[in-house]
Amino acid sequence: MKKCDGLVEAGRRQFLRTAGFSVAGVAAATVMPTPAKAATATARVAYPSSRLANLTELKLDDPVNVAYPDNDSPGILLKLGVKVEGGVGPDGDVVAYSVLCPHKGYPLAYNQSDRTLSCPGHYSRFDVEKAGQEIWGHATQNLAQFVLRVDAKGDIYAEGVDELIYGRLSNVL
Amino acid sequence: MTFKRQVDRLPIIPADAVEHNVTCHYCIVGCGYKAYTWDINRQGGTDPKQNKFGVNLAQQQGAETVAWYAPSMYNIVKSDGRDVHLVIKPDVDCAVNSGLGSVRGARMAENHTSQARNTQQQRLTDPMVWRYGEMQPTSWDDALDLVARVTAAVIDEQGEDGLFVSMFDHGGSAGGYENTWGTGKLYFGAMKVKNVRIHNRPAYNSEVHATRDMGVGELNNCYEDAELADTIMVVGANPLEAQTNYFLNHWIPNLRGTSLDKKKAEFPGEPVEQGRIVIVDPRRTPTVAACEAEAGTDRVLHLALEPGTDLVLFNGLLTYIADKGWIDKEFIQNHTVVATASGPQLIARPGAAVPEKDHELTDFTAALAANRTSLADCAKITGLKEADIVKAAEWIASPKAGNKRRRTMIGYEKGLIWGNDNYRTNGALVNIALATGNIGRPGGGVVRLGGHQEGYVRPSDAHVGRPAAYVDKLLIEGRGGVHHIWACDHYKTTLNAMRFKQVYKKRTDMVKDAMNTVPWGDRAAMVAAIMTAIRQGGLFSVDTDIIPTQIGQASHVWLPAAISGEMNLTSMNGERRMRLTQRYMDPPGQAMPDCLIAARLANALERVFRDAGKPGYADQFKGFDWKTEEDAFVDGYTKNANGGQFVSYERLKAMGNNGFHEPAVAFKDGKIVGTKRLYADGKFSTKDGKAKFLAAPWRGWAAPGKADQKAKYAYLINNGRTNIVWQNAFMDQDNDFVMGRMPYPIIEMHPDDMKDLEVSAGDLVEVYNDAGATQAMAYPTPTARRKQTFMLFGFPKGVEGNVVNAGVNELIIPDYKHNWANIRKIASAPAAARGLSFKSTEYKV
Ligand code: SF4
Ligand code: FES
Repeated sequence: MKKCDGLVEAGRRQFLRTAGFSVAGVAAATVMPTPAKAATATARVAYPSSRLANLTELKLDDPVNVAYPDNDSPGILLKLGVKVEGGVGPDGDVVAYSVLCPHKGYPLAYNQSDRTLSCPGHYSRFDVEKAGQEIWGHATQNLAQFVLRVDAKGDIYAEGVDELIYGRLSNVL
Repeated sequence: MTFKRQVDRLPIIPADAVEHNVTCHYCIVGCGYKAYTWDINRQGGTDPKQNKFGVNLAQQQGAETVAWYAPSMYNIVKSDGRDVHLVIKPDVDCAVNSGLGSVRGARMAENHTSQARNTQQQRLTDPMVWRYGEMQPTSWDDALDLVARVTAAVIDEQGEDGLFVSMFDHGGSAGGYENTWGTGKLYFGAMKVKNVRIHNRPAYNSEVHATRDMGVGELNNCYEDAELADTIMVVGANPLEAQTNYFLNHWIPNLRGTSLDKKKAEFPGEPVEQGRIVIVDPRRTPTVAACEAEAGTDRVLHLALEPGTDLVLFNGLLTYIADKGWIDKEFIQNHTVVATASGPQLIARPGAAVPEKDHELTDFTAALAANRTSLADCAKITGLKEADIVKAAEWIASPKAGNKRRRTMIGYEKGLIWGNDNYRTNGALVNIALATGNIGRPGGGVVRLGGHQEGYVRPSDAHVGRPAAYVDKLLIEGRGGVHHIWACDHYKTTLNAMRFKQVYKKRTDMVKDAMNTVPWGDRAAMVAAIMTAIRQGGLFSVDTDIIPTQIGQASHVWLPAAISGEMNLTSMNGERRMRLTQRYMDPPGQAMPDCLIAARLANALERVFRDAGKPGYADQFKGFDWKTEEDAFVDGYTKNANGGQFVSYERLKAMGNNGFHEPAVAFKDGKIVGTKRLYADGKFSTKDGKAKFLAAPWRGWAAPGKADQKAKYAYLINNGRTNIVWQNAFMDQDNDFVMGRMPYPIIEMHPDDMKDLEVSAGDLVEVYNDAGATQAMAYPTPTARRKQTFMLFGFPKGVEGNVVNAGVNELIIPDYKHNWANIRKIASAPAAARGLSFKSTEYKV
């Protein structure tokens, strides 16, 4: 009744759990099978590196509207003043999130007083100081956080997403 | 650390994926879903022609799109032995939820067993038996033979009263018409088992005897009534969290004012406006916050009364409404029992201790006289303001412009059911609905909101009697020799749980020790050893469930059951809407539907009794030759349910996710015709069709020990559900998303109380009193009242039932909600709690 803890097994499952879907090409049945020549499939989608802003443009607790990985996926970039999970910059306090509610896709609103994103759709709430943890709600996932990097010039780049963004079956369309 | 799946794409459902009807098998609402399966080696594409939705999936989809599913709605499962992709997503065409999923139901796919993706590997795959000092797999024949022989031996020695049974009585996953019939036919048909209980209480009884005695079945309206009501009154319920999509899809439109067109169409010539809501609950729940956000605080009245005093409030409201003349005289005259020339109607409550004196069921005038409560007394006892009580009465019953009757729907659930003086409180509430003519009419109803779905069809349980046996108490007292358990976990969901666990473990350990002395292959010697231990006070325990449960740790046999979707399963929801969930995947390993397990057990018992030379008794176990769950459905529902003759799997399949409202009354033009509202004809469920009122004067604390406990301990330990966890977390304990948010049961406490106790957010506290002790994780809650805490009920890592004393009402209904205890810190926040957010769960605009 115990979970199998075998490392090989676990590794295989982890792979399937996260990424294995893209491996199979579209099954086009032909009478004479030719060796499959699928395009090289990657385990995860390839994320663009997009410059969102420069550190100097961020004011404490004043969200900046951004979009990532493309213009149809809105998000916010935030400087919180305290070091948080997934935070970057010299103070580890800069974070970015998708603002499409992972329940039914309504736009989330930032509430400065308690640093949460709340959904007018059906009242779900996410904590921007805890990696988008759903405090309460209907979404079956925590909020998609954009993975950030800051370069020497202080430019902030988004380079990945840790949950599926609402409204797309692939984070990069 | 916040749990992230790191899933950044999902396989696309191909255009030709197989589509199945699914009713969510978790809560009472029964939301419609569709399950799609397709072969593991295929996938759809972004081109409209290549996917099920016919849309271009290379583009971002908008809010509420049907063309998106979350990672939790996806899995890889077995179907006919092959790996297939599975997506289970909410059905936009289902009238119940209109495409909404909840945090529980939208994880159905993820909460299925997947070898490939390592989900729900806790599921039982084989019959397991206590062999060589641990649970070991065996065949069905072997396991059932042992169960049948021990059960037969116990019945030989102690009669059928030596067989104790705990069994579900509901619909949804662990239940449904097939499975309640399978188990019911075995224990109430082939046998007449009296020592029997239900999954959430220690006896086999109704949770709402009073409304039934009054002639008012508890699920009498339809979900649309919540859209049509002028006022919704809700008592001891938290529908946003416990009946989520019913609330979101049917209450909210009314509170927002978006159901106005529907009201106008339904009630021409009658003034209609945006709805109002009266919420009776000592606690400010997330429901209250959501109602305020939608309707505005001036249309929401939260009556945060003194815990346990609901009865007084209802009697006060009835008195005020009657004195104002806001009652429906015509309705009372024609549809309820009325006083005669020779005096009031005096009707004994069934099962009353002194029937010739106990005349609680009566006519309106007599009930009003018995229940009369002045505004001042009502305010004093409930702790509410007189003005608020008056406002509630006005919202419930004051006539609208043109002297039109106000339409009020009344909903209630566990705060009342597991509350103080269940019987009278339930009756006092139904009195209000009857007096105001709010039953059987659009925008009305006085209804349970429900927990699980329903799905009850069984032979008569009359032999159980009333009051029913207090089974857990009898087990503690050493009674019974064999215990059959069907999807019940007393260890998590009973009262006096600490004591129960101590005794249960001891009694079952005696049998385990005895079994350890005999080789497995010697069946006669094994049964003899078990029987010797039973004679000395031991108990043989057989647990049919889908996972190894907590009570199962004490059991000697585990029988693996299938869940909804691994079998065809029928249930009805809180508006009696019946649907068929079609089988879309295989059960794990050798697991079988409960109805077939019951049938095979009946077959084994028949054989054992016949071999023992008892052909007459053996014959009672005939009629269990079912091969499929549909056989059980036909034998049970079709032949026994009200209107069952109109219903078949094929017809239900055609009725899809909208099904029909039970009872069925005809089959016409290829459709099952149902009953949208009960009592629309004004004929109630009594011999003469007249409903009865209940004389329900206030008696203070009804269950023994409550008043003493309140005097002795500092904190109220109120308890119930939270949104994210389904039931006692039997599935969710193996779900990373849920465990990432709820590693321990929360206890909501006022921050000042926490300061007094030197407790910080996430710390583990011990809750202890004269009944026992348990633990919980402190969640600071500024909206909580001082000294009034709220703890998650039935959670594995901190069982609230440990601090619920053994006291029950006269019909063996527990008062789980009212407990007082002291609290102390036992550990600083463990690692799992450190990454948690402890911000307010309340939505604010
Ligand atoms: S509201 Fe209830 S029935 Fe509907 S999806 Fe959620 S758990 Fe399932
Ligand atoms: S869309 Fe955000 S809670 Fe429903």
